[in-house]
Formats: sequence, structure tokens, C-alpha cells
Amino acid sequence: MLGQVAIIFPEYWAGIHLPSLVPYVALLGIIVFILAIVPGLIWIERVVIALMQDRSGPNRVGPRGLLQTIADGVKLFFKEDFRPRSVDIRIYYLAPVISMIPALAGGAVLPLQRLTFERPDGTTYQMPLMVGNVNIGLLYILAMSSLAVYGVVLAGWSSNNKYSLLGGLRGSAQLISYELSMGLSLLCVIVMAGSLNLDSIVATQNVLPPGIHSGFEWLRGSIFSWYWLRSLFVPVSIFTIAMIAETNRAPFDLPEAESELIAGFHTEFSSMKFAMFFMGEYAAMLTISGLNAAMFWGGWLPPLNIVPFTWIPGWIWFVGKVMFGIFFYVWLRATLPRLRYDALMALGWKRMLPLALVWLFVMAVVTLYFQPINATAARPVPPVQAQAAPAPRAASAPAPLPTLSAAAPPATKP
Amino acid sequence: MIAEPIIFWIMAVISVVAAILMVANRNPVRSALFLVATFLCVAVLYLALTAQFIAAIQIIVYAGAIMVLFLFVIMLLNLGAPQALRERGTIQPFAAVGLGLLFIIALLGSESLIRVPRPAAPANPDLGTVQSVGLNLFAPTLPWLFPFEVTSILLLVAIVGAIIMAKRRV
Amino acid sequence: MVPTSYYLVLSGILFTIGVIGVLIKRNPIVIFMCIELMLNAANLSFIALGRHFGQVNGQMYVIFALSVAAAEVSVGLGIIVAIFRTKETINIDEVNLMKY
Repeated sequence: MLGQVAIIFPEYWAGIHLPSLVPYVALLGIIVFILAIVPGLIWIERVVIALMQDRSGPNRVGPRGLLQTIADGVKLFFKEDFRPRSVDIRIYYLAPVISMIPALAGGAVLPLQRLTFERPDGTTYQMPLMVGNVNIGLLYILAMSSLAVYGVVLAGWSSNNKYSLLGGLRGSAQLISYELSMGLSLLCVIVMAGSLNLDSIVATQNVLPPGIHSGFEWLRGSIFSWYWLRSLFVPVSIFTIAMIAETNRAPFDLPEAESELIAGFHTEFSSMKFAMFFMGEYAAMLTISGLNAAMFWGGWLPPLNIVPFTWIPGWIWFVGKVMFGIFFYVWLRATLPRLRYDALMALGWKRMLPLALVWLFVMAVVTLYFQPINATAARPVPPVQAQAAPAPRAASAPAPLPTLSAAAPPATKP
Repeated sequence: MIAEPIIFWIMAVISVVAAILMVANRNPVRSALFLVATFLCVAVLYLALTAQFIAAIQIIVYAGAIMVLFLFVIMLLNLGAPQALRERGTIQPFAAVGLGLLFIIALLGSESLIRVPRPAAPANPDLGTVQSVGLNLFAPTLPWLFPFEVTSILLLVAIVGAIIMAKRRV
Repeated sequence: MVPTSYYLVLSGILFTIGVIGVLIKRNPIVIFMCIELMLNAANLSFIALGRHFGQVNGQMYVIFALSVAAAEVSVGLGIIVAIFRTKETINIDEVNLMKY
């Protein structure tokens, strides 16, 4: 099964139909992961930045400062929850909530693994471990990142403070500018993958690398066949830069810069409201790193299709890739200086957007004419009827995927 | 779909309430937020009507881009204060609401306006998928390809027009 | 399955609320938002009828209506910004230069 040693689950266990529980297990996993890892992320960030700056990180509270985040949370909890008198109350209390919800909701379409179920008659099929196995998964994540703009702009507006308003407007302008490059670079991958379902996109990376036609089974689904290489390096660079700009992180964090605008759009928010913004930022980092891992870095595929790697379950590889993405975020924060705002907007509009557009054309040409790079180009195009639609997989129930043998390329949807 | 009536009624009530609150509120920022809520409800209704692609596009374009543009303009023109625009004491609001209610009652009452002649087609969840929309949009035998290409020119004209309208006369 | 006439009635109600808003409000930006509400109501009825007849045509119309609405909003807001820059007020009762 896709080169991995899989645990085969029976379809019915003690009378419970197990495949229908899969979305709930995935939901539990995603929520626990995002909410429980965020304190750990804060600690990781402080320790890594400290080590890169040749000093020790938090080392007072707990062993190696591990309880520092909890101490900070307790401090924030007990802080005075003031609100300035002239703020717009309802929007003021709504803004941190709006900042947090899309980040959590975007995690619903991240593919963690493929689980193998066995029917009573002995045949097996695979099902992805994701909360929402919809065939517009990528559009859903883009929609959630579009909604995250409101948290920033409403926080800036409701604070009734010139500097916060400026920070909020600049921040939201930055977010909507980089959404375009992000979407276009993702389209470069979609042209090759042929589906918007993130699990299918990961499955189309499980082929032999471009240029290799036979033998070399240990390279199937390996690091050389993931989309960072098959889309020829440019979309992954554009997406990584846009990803950092979308989450308002350094070097793109001018809207919340500490030395420029006091604290930017979240100046007037104290204690738990600030904690919510903070957590929302880290949750957005996790979700978008998850999207990056699924699209460009192979999702739940191991780097090499050899035995010690395939024993490790797919979700551990996925989490590991997300963690590496977080390390990359923290690394950039420790290393690069902040971009000035007009340089930031010029980068987004004048350099990345045209490059992403041109690369979309390049990828379309490559997909049409160069078969070895796109292993799924051999699928037939169904005839177009005047009224009805062709028959892709239904979006309602989680349909079982066909059993995939190790030799044939994965059968994607027409 | 089993849950379609529940989704329909909840989303219909929320969208109508949000629309009424949008019209009734004097603060333009809150009106914009209520309109965003209406758009999100309509997007969920599109999902219930198996138009998945249009639902996602509705959120991305309408709620995520157009309303952000509205909020920018409201905030830049600093129209948040309700005292800035005071309505006169005319009979116009009441006449408008009264006639609107009359129209809704006429709509609900007359069967011929809302009864659809043919029986409904069977439910087809593949109707609104991206593949279906894309294949029909780009099919050479169907009339949708030319308007699609013209729309790109339309958007270019809109960009040029908006920049010319809003730039400062130096 | 919910009957299509329910969706059409909902679309009519939203459209009427939009019309009431256009008639009542004095702020052109809010009037614009009510126009967007009317466009959404029309899109909803397009998609409901498209599902009723089992065709993709309803969604095609909505795609084009959406892009035209986006273009219209950008130009319209540009005009409003230009008016505000010269007149310092956008109460539509006072922006009546073409009256005489």
C-alpha cells in the first residue's frame, strides 16, 4: 500500500463502522495538535532564536525553560483586562476571535495519512485521515486565509487609535497582496496534480522522479519526486515567501513591529485578547506550514521508499515536515531584517506576482508536452457534454480509494 | 442530502436577519460586517445546492476581497462616526419599508411567480465540482469561453478606470 | 430536498431588503453594499434554478456576475473616493451638483 507497511484496520469492529469515525479522529488530532503544540512552539522559537544569537534562551522556569510559556500564560491571564473607553466594543472583542478561527478551520483539510481498511470479503481499500475529504480542499484553505484578513483590519479599526489603524490597514493590504502570489504558485502545482483535494495531491507525488522510467523502486515517492522539484523550484520559493508574508511574520512583520508602531494593530489589546492574537498567529503558521508540506514536500510520504523509513507512520512524517517549516519560520525571524513597507509591497506586486504568472504558463506547457515530469498526464479527458458533468468522485461521503499496487502509478480522478 | 432542510432554514434565517441588521444599522463598519455574515450564509447555501466551486469562490472573492475593499474605503474616509450622516425626518424610510413588505407578501402569496414549471432534476453532487465547471467553461462547443476571455479584458478596464478615478490630480 | 421555490423566495426577500436599503440610506458606500446584496440574491436564484434543471449553466452565469460585480465595486468606490476628496461630504442629499 503506497510503499508503506500499513496497519490494516477491519471495517467493522465491535459493531462500529470504523471508516465513518475517521474524520472525528482526524478532527481530534488536528485540534489537539494545533492547540497543544502552540505553547511548545513559543518555547521552540525563543530557544532557537537565542541559540542563533549566541545566548541562552529561557532557563529560569522549569528544566531548560520549558515551563516559560506556561508562566507567560499565567501572567497574561492575571493581567488587567482593560479596554479604552472609546473603542467600538463589539468589534473590539470580536477581532481576536476572528483572528483565531480561520487558522483553526484551515486545518480541516490537511491530509495526515492514509489508513487501510479491510472489507469482510478480504479486499482492502485506503482512506485518507483528514477531517474534510472534499474535492475543493485547496480552495477552502485559500478561503480561510482570505477571512483571516478581517482579524487584522478590525483590530486596527476598533482600537480607535491612529497608529493601530495604520498598522491594521497596512497589515491587511499586505495580506491581500500576498494571497495572489500564494494562490498562483499553488496553481502551478495544481496544473500538474490535476486535483484540488490535498490528499490526491499528495498521492500524485508518489511516483518515480522525473527522468527515471524503471527500476529504482526505492525512489518512488521519494524526495526527488515531490513537487518542490517537479515544479522546478520556483513555486515553492514563491509560496514560502508568500506564506511568511501571510502570517505577518518576520521579515514581513511591519504591521506589528515593535519598534515602529508601538505594537501595531494589537496595541490596545491586553491579557487574554493579546494571547488570542498570539495563538492565532501560531495556529496560522501551523496550518500554512501544513499546506506547504502537503503541496510541495510530500505530505505523509517518507523521503526515501526504503525499509526503515516506511515503518514510520505517515502522520509522523507530516508533523515532522510541519515542524521543519516552523523551524524555517523561526530561522528567518532570527536572521533577516524587517522589510520596509513599500519594499514589501513592491516585492509582492512587482516581482512575485509576474513571476508566478509566468511560471503558471511554464508549468502548463511542461504538463502538456513533457510526459516524464508529469506522471499523471496519461489520464484521458472525458468528452464534454452540453449539460451534464463528467463523473469525478462525489464530495459527500468519504469514498474508498482503490487499492494501489506498488508498480502502477496511482489512479487519479479523470 | 439528509441535512439540507436544517441547513437551509438556519442559513436562511441568519442571512435575512443579518441583511435587515445591515440596512438598519447606522454605522457603516457594522453594516459591512453584517453583509459579510450574509455572504457567508449564502456561501453555505451554495454548498447545500451542490455548487461547491461557487461557494468557495464566493468566500474568496466577495467576503475576502470585495468587502475588505469596502472596509478600506470606509476606514480611509473615516465614516465610522454615526453622527456624520444624519437622515432627515421624511416619510421615505417608512414608505420604502411598507412597500417592501407589500412586495414580499405578494411574492409569497402568488404561486405563479415562484412555482418552477418542470419537476426537479435528480440530485447530482458532481454538478458543481471544479472539474465540471472547468470543463464546461472551456469547452469549445459551449458559449462560455468567449465571455470568460472578455471578462479578463473587463477586469483590466476596471483596474485602469479605478486608478484613474481615484488618483490625485497633480 | 428543499423545494426550489423556497430558495427563490429567500432570494426575493434578500433582494427586497437590498432595495429597501438603497431607498433608505444616505451613505453611498452603504447603498453600494445594498446593491451587492441584490446581486447576491440574484446569484442565489441562478444557482437554485441551475440545480433544479440539473445544468451547470446557473453556475456559469454566477461566475460572470461575480466578476462583473468585482469590477463594478472597484470603479464605484474609486468614484466615491474622488467625490469625497473634492466635496468633503458624501451624504447623497448634498452631492447634487447635476441638479441645476
